[in-house]
Amino acid sequence: MKKTFALGGVHPHDHKISAGSAIETFPVLDRVYISMSQHLGAPAEPIVAKGDRVKVGQLIAKPSGFMSACIHSSVSGTVASIEPYADLAGNLVKTIIIDVDGDEWEEGIDRTDTVVREITATKEEILKRIADSGIVGLGGASFPTHIKLTPPPGKKADYLLINGAECEPYLTSDHRIMLEMPEQILIGARLMMKALGVTRCLFGVEENKPDAIAALRQFKASYPEIEVVSLKKKYPQGGEKQLIDALIGRRVPAMGLPIDAGAVVQNCGTALAVYEAVQKNKPLFEGVVTVTGDCTEQQRNFRLRVGTPLDKMLDAVGGLPDKAMKLISGGPMMGKAVANIKAASVKSTSALLVLTEEQTLRKLQTQCIRCGKCVQVCPMGLEPYLLNKLAKASRMEDLERERVQDCIECGCCLYTCPAQLPLLDNIRVGKAQVIKILRSRPKK
Amino acid sequence: MRKLLVSPAPHIHSPENTRRIMIDVLIALAPSLLVSIYFFGFSAIQLVLVGAVTCVGVEYLIQKYLLKTEVTIQDMSAAVTGVLLALNLPPSSPWWLMLLGSIVAIGVAKMTFGGLGQNIFNPALVGRVFLLISFPVLMTDWNIPDSWFRAGVDASTGATPLALIKEGLAQGHTVDQIMALYPDLSYFQMLFIKVGGSVGEVSALALLLGLVYLLVRRVIRPHIPVTILLTIAVFSGIFWLIDPTQYTDPLFNILTGGVLLGSIFMATDYVTSPMTARGMVIYGVGIGLITMLIRMFGSYPEGISFAILIMNSVVPLINKYIKPARFAKEVKNG
Repeated sequence: MKKTFALGGVHPHDHKISAGSAIETFPVLDRVYISMSQHLGAPAEPIVAKGDRVKVGQLIAKPSGFMSACIHSSVSGTVASIEPYADLAGNLVKTIIIDVDGDEWEEGIDRTDTVVREITATKEEILKRIADSGIVGLGGASFPTHIKLTPPPGKKADYLLINGAECEPYLTSDHRIMLEMPEQILIGARLMMKALGVTRCLFGVEENKPDAIAALRQFKASYPEIEVVSLKKKYPQGGEKQLIDALIGRRVPAMGLPIDAGAVVQNCGTALAVYEAVQKNKPLFEGVVTVTGDCTEQQRNFRLRVGTPLDKMLDAVGGLPDKAMKLISGGPMMGKAVANIKAASVKSTSALLVLTEEQTLRKLQTQCIRCGKCVQVCPMGLEPYLLNKLAKASRMEDLERERVQDCIECGCCLYTCPAQLPLLDNIRVGKAQVIKILRSRPKK
Repeated sequence: MRKLLVSPAPHIHSPENTRRIMIDVLIALAPSLLVSIYFFGFSAIQLVLVGAVTCVGVEYLIQKYLLKTEVTIQDMSAAVTGVLLALNLPPSSPWWLMLLGSIVAIGVAKMTFGGLGQNIFNPALVGRVFLLISFPVLMTDWNIPDSWFRAGVDASTGATPLALIKEGLAQGHTVDQIMALYPDLSYFQMLFIKVGGSVGEVSALALLLGLVYLLVRRVIRPHIPVTILLTIAVFSGIFWLIDPTQYTDPLFNILTGGVLLGSIFMATDYVTSPMTARGMVIYGVGIGLITMLIRMFGSYPEGISFAILIMNSVVPLINKYIKPARFAKEVKNG
């Protein structure tokens, strides 16, 4: 029996049509738009001004608090302006706009392909390099990595878990990096183990990527402390809580963090970024992005500079198809619909997905037939049909008692519902209100 | 200007919908339907047609003219009710009996509660029990109508195996003596062709085939049928071990009296069964126990219809108090 998480989950068709396309370097454009809010927490504070010359990899914004991150220029050129610019949801965020001129990199960045295996940095040096390189979690939440690798006092990690599940349909960027740069990722994992002070590391990859599993396992002898585990294909395996359950069989307590279960989870893309930061002195200013869709002319994986406008990414696969109805940043289960096609990519952008009307338009709602499928697929063991009703009636106390705050918003309930009820839409609203109430309560 | 849609995740949906599920149930019923058409000929076709058409028609009329709401007959749920009710009647039932049962099933048991998803009791079973109480003679008339398919095949017995046993025991015979009197009561016969009984329970094998289809298509989960059958097997097994002359064995109890039809197709009705796996187990055990209590100590030879209806009434309570296994085993404070 292959390992997987115990409760719920769904099996959407995986549509990994871009899996066979090797990573290509996306051409550097004339202008990039680098957002100051690319991470969870406070926006970064620009340290450059209009007219300043910047190089690739140069620090252009520093963290503005404990929960914040550094931001580096992804291009060389001149700062055209620092102004509010609409992100993919249409919200204005402070953005450094840079006019590109050549491709001059900061000195000290190792641009060779040589794999640097020897780890010379100490634990403190690794953490400092990660913080100084502006690394954030690339699995989606963009949590500053150096904070995640520094457990709060009194908490201790037993395991580092690397997330290579890539359980969202269509996405293949993690697949490609595991296939093309397996050893670099393993070194990144080893660096994080050192930073955390753990001796055990499990690397979970879903079974639909056998070539990536084989690529990682060929280094088994050199990295014996890292065990690559083949996981059964099931969504949402890449959810932190689900991955911890699948790999080490521990359950994160309600309202708790992975560290409460003795685990720290990092995405495989983050591991690669850590390798590049510590071993190659390269800050996080580019990443691998899948641009795909059944209706696009091509489906490709690009190494892309942060701040590239989404419409330029679409142009590279043949432009926006006539049949396109929805543009999604990320996967089809948890990705965000793009409201502004001129918005720019950020550090954690993993995919740009184009869906047609037939694929994405919701069908007409019908009556709940009480089939219980939403309960069956909920990976948190909740009752979405009930939460939906309670949320619509704004019954906050009942919602809290029924544990709406545990919802991870994976969308399994809405995906499954044969009556096409907007379960998660309503639950999300109820959850936000309950969490607000919980936060306002004095702590015990 | 091009327009794109912006809406919250998830952005894709499974191909599942209510209509597709109902069609799956009809497909799962097809083997049993074919077997009964083979054995009962025109009367089986007639019952199924009258049932389906009446149920759909009544739902249409009530939605269109009485409630003045959107008509939802295309979801096929009324058709499923009609077919299920037909399969639950004796093959010799007249068409008007079927018509009456269908009107009660949809008009009373389903639409008065608000239609699909709102009813407390399984509509087809309400229809059947209504007929059983109102027309006890017709509803236990197990004469086998002629069928042009099996002309020449001798249908030797009409009474149901459970009724034969109950009657025999009342006359002071032992189970073995009764079995010896009726060679048709062999397991082989019951598995493939059991002529005495309602339209849908001719062949246990055909019903099991339907179960496999429903499980493979993930229309139902195994919890309810498995717990019902296990409970009946354990309960009857205990009595059988104590006194095999007075009690029939577990296999006999499972293969007779609509237990398979009831546990596979009637007890698993979404609307009237629990939402959680734990709830389904409690519900299944309850149905199994009540069925056996009625069979052994009640005046009816058969009890699963009543057992399911009784447990239907407990479902709202089960849903309220039986919670699914939550992911988090503990709650972190502060």
